[in-house]
Amino acid sequence: MSQLKNFSKGFIKDNAVFVQLLGLCPTLAVTSSAENGLGMGLATTFVLVMANIVVSLVKNQIPDKVRIPSFIVIIASFVTIVDLSMAGFLPTLHASLGIFIPLIVVNCLVLGRAEAFASKNNIGSSAIDGLGMGLGFAFALTLLGAVRELLGAGSIFGLDIPIFPVTDKGAPITMLIFVLAPGAFIVLGYLIAIINQLKKS
Amino acid sequence: MEIFAIVISAILVNNIVLMQFLGICPFMGVSKKLSTAVGMTGAVTFVMVLATIVTYLIQTYVLEPLSIGYLQTISFILVIAAFVQMVEIVLKKVSPPLYQALGVFLPLITTNCAIMGVALLTIQNSYNLMEGIIFAISSAIGFGIAIILFAGIREHLDLMGVPKGMRGTPIALVAAGILAMAFMGFSGLV
Repeated sequence: MSQLKNFSKGFIKDNAVFVQLLGLCPTLAVTSSAENGLGMGLATTFVLVMANIVVSLVKNQIPDKVRIPSFIVIIASFVTIVDLSMAGFLPTLHASLGIFIPLIVVNCLVLGRAEAFASKNNIGSSAIDGLGMGLGFAFALTLLGAVRELLGAGSIFGLDIPIFPVTDKGAPITMLIFVLAPGAFIVLGYLIAIINQLKKS
Repeated sequence: MEIFAIVISAILVNNIVLMQFLGICPFMGVSKKLSTAVGMTGAVTFVMVLATIVTYLIQTYVLEPLSIGYLQTISFILVIAAFVQMVEIVLKKVSPPLYQALGVFLPLITTNCAIMGVALLTIQNSYNLMEGIIFAISSAIGFGIAIILFAGIREHLDLMGVPKGMRGTPIALVAAGILAMAFMGFSGLV
């Protein structure tokens, strides 16, 4: 498999969210706006790339029986790095992502890539695989966040998109349900249906 | 009164699956049949309560006195992983029937974010040990209610004439959305 294919498979063909349904907890929880979705996606991408590199480096030193706990420790270390640096440099984003930053450690996508890809391949392909899958995850979260923000708040990345009728006072009449919990399930359901159709044609 | 508020809030108002999005993987994964949903609920309840107690003790008696709070994520996940393994071994020896019923679900629980999430939330909300245990039990009940209701809905969905493109996961997600909407009716209760 060429490196380009290795990189691009995470976007549509093997997309973590839309096709493999991995990492659904952060996907649904933090995508109330496009910005939160992108932030979460990039944080996960960093953990994914670094964990893939380290796992692929040490794969021959780790006995087979303790490999899963070892992978979890490697992942947890990078999650802690992301958690602390985000708290220091991006306190607002850190506050809105909240408990889901430490919970990257139990994101099945990260452990899944470490086990299924990085423990069998060399450093170069593992890094590219992590980057591709991570950016595909970030793409999915940003798309979901953008759709929810547009329908629920009438904006994308905080920029107003005037598609809704406005009240006398000028405030847009939006469908608030989409930024609340139920909207996450519904929008993801329709996005998966659309992606399935696109893949078929 | 405080306790009552924690129970109602964890089961209905801030339902762990439908409102806080913790434990979505088992919620989608094992809710195809009612019986597996019940089994999963049993395993989650068991591990969630015990894991919350263990992580609470670690936070209070190890991490805080030594001021190494930054090791929280690493130590919690290791403790939960080791703990699940231990439960599996003990259960196999002590109670084979229970192991038969819960066994297949136990390995899945390590990466169930509901377990880790409840452990972290107990610390974040600065509950004491008793409140933490009650919070864990109520969260597990909330998880059970959500997943069992959803399994019932999905069993009916199989018999419905769903449009071709929406079959499978998409319609299940939309149904979960409607279920979440129903749970929103409880907001403001506490």
